[in-house]
Amino acid sequence: MYRYDEFDHDFVQARVAQFRDQVERRVGGELTEDQFKPLRLQNGVYLQLHAYMLRIAVPYGTLNGRQMRRLADIARRYDRGYGHFTTRQNLQFNWPKLSDIPDILSELAEVEMHAIQTSGNCIRNVTADHFAGAAADEVDDPRPYAEILRQWSSLHPEFLFLPRKFKVAVTGADRDRAAIQVHDIGLQLKRDAAGRIGFAVYVGGGQGRTPMVAKKIRDFLPEEDLLSYCEAILRVYNLSGRRDNKYKARIKILVHETGAEEITRQVEEEWERIKDGVLRLPAEEVERIRAYFALPADLAPRAADPSLAASRAADPDFDAFVARNTHPHRVPGHVSVTVSLKAIGGTPGDATADQMDAVAAIAERFGHDEIRVSHEQNLILPHVAETDLRAVYDGLVAAELATANAGFITDIIACPGLDYCALANARSIPVAQRISQRFGDIARQREIGDLKIKISGCINACGHHHVGHIGILGVEKKGEEFYQISLGGSGDENAAIGEIIGRGFSTEEIVDAVETLVDTYLAHRSRPEESFLDTYRRLGQAPFKEALYGAA
Amino acid sequence: MSQKIITANNLGDGLVVFLDASGGWTTEIAESRIIGTGELDEALAYAKAQHDAQIVVEPYEIDVELHPDAGIPVPLRLRERIRAAKGPTVAYGEAELAERAALPTAASASR
Ligand code: SF4
Repeated sequence: MYRYDEFDHDFVQARVAQFRDQVERRVGGELTEDQFKPLRLQNGVYLQLHAYMLRIAVPYGTLNGRQMRRLADIARRYDRGYGHFTTRQNLQFNWPKLSDIPDILSELAEVEMHAIQTSGNCIRNVTADHFAGAAADEVDDPRPYAEILRQWSSLHPEFLFLPRKFKVAVTGADRDRAAIQVHDIGLQLKRDAAGRIGFAVYVGGGQGRTPMVAKKIRDFLPEEDLLSYCEAILRVYNLSGRRDNKYKARIKILVHETGAEEITRQVEEEWERIKDGVLRLPAEEVERIRAYFALPADLAPRAADPSLAASRAADPDFDAFVARNTHPHRVPGHVSVTVSLKAIGGTPGDATADQMDAVAAIAERFGHDEIRVSHEQNLILPHVAETDLRAVYDGLVAAELATANAGFITDIIACPGLDYCALANARSIPVAQRISQRFGDIARQREIGDLKIKISGCINACGHHHVGHIGILGVEKKGEEFYQISLGGSGDENAAIGEIIGRGFSTEEIVDAVETLVDTYLAHRSRPEESFLDTYRRLGQAPFKEALYGAA
Repeated sequence: MSQKIITANNLGDGLVVFLDASGGWTTEIAESRIIGTGELDEALAYAKAQHDAQIVVEPYEIDVELHPDAGIPVPLRLRERIRAAKGPTVAYGEAELAERAALPTAASASR
């Protein structure tokens, strides 16, 4: 993985020292909250319902064991023994004291981590496919480009005060596991006919109050032009994006109001001006960054493990885990393992300090010291030999991390909601927990197959409800929590925004409503292989609506 | 009839606090000062001064009802009830694991 150079080290340390001074002045009474708030936000510090919250960047979701142990250590010493992995591949601590945060940041800096640009109207942490560098179906590893983008966007003086926050995602495969079409810029790595690397460029996707699927504005951008083209997009946005209305300030609104064609024209025009300037990526520099992300040297192809089949046959739980929580690897004899943070009835994305340590230990021993955070709020061990699967599984069972539900109905994304978040209208976590319990039986989950439920506690959509096959949005109605259901959303290569099905449901009704939808799907699917989403796309809302609300 | 109390977050640790009768701040809603009729402006001005003095952050008033037996203020809005409870409505961290382990159904379904 990427290692800080001297410049990175100095930069992060200087930032910690600067923030330490700001915190001291705040606690000492020299800075008012109005003065301090933008400063703390630039360092990932929020004030939530119960306490301060610190959001730590995990660039493109990649961590090693040492970093994960450090997070565990911080959770234990400065927080309440756990952390929350988010849909932006970040980690949030829910209970840090303000005066401890400079120490936390300085301990993070020792392991090359920070909280810079995890908040505020700047270019946020760049996200990537969680199977990057491992997936069998990958064109190439997206992380070197995510890292190049990170370096370019870190403290980029021109883009620190954008009209609004700005999110970039990169995928390296045709199968989009990074939800690039609901990002401000989405990049899909591809090769042209000559085998050269480049990107399809999507702009103006996003969720929140006004969800939009991004527009593709370029089918093939050569690798060397990555930064100049992104800079051109950001310039057009920075200049013309609305600053008069926070709710209309994202680039998606600009693209929508101006039209994709005109935006493309403006971007291309600006790009023509700058493309042969300093931002052109030298091939040697790309190679240098790429070397950091090379496959581990000792990750050699292995023959298939004959004992695996026997071991699976002898243990149905292990078999279910292997069937569901492993993903094909590009090196024979290996897989990527999904470590589910979705225990039945648990809080989606939460991990205790002991669990973090356990994952670190397993990764160090069996996973070439690599861990990923997925935007679906799970952890990934990207490189595991099939011969080690049993040992990895046993280790995960011991840490209560072996729920065999990746991609199933209980693999729910949920934002913190009204249990933690100051902006929330309704709770997300208890709804996720109750749905998870209702469908906890593994045979039933298998029967239902792939189904993504995503829950947000307000219209900001941190829980990605717009792209859930079943999306649930919490609202407040006359002082009560209410939940609005949308169907047919998807964050993959066939991205779609879900459509609201009808009136909302009370806390008491919502789990039954989900069950009704699932039963309707099971009754209507053309064959067991037809997924919930495909069935919905074939039939539309009608049968689901009727099942929920009765015949019109 | 609903009454009012004043809440904020502590500057130092961010925890939820309530204005008490002595002009200090308490994490216990039971100890909060019930703002009498006609006293709200004065109480808010005091709280604002405490914000300016860098003791608490962004104080505001909330509506509460006095619990019929205990006389303890109970916020009308769920958001404020959750804040007053000092934490989420769900178990977290190690306590969550323990709670799940105690559920026989969840234990067998957890794999
Ligand atoms: S979606 Fe709303 S409630 Fe959920 S974390 Fe985001 S801002 Fe908070």
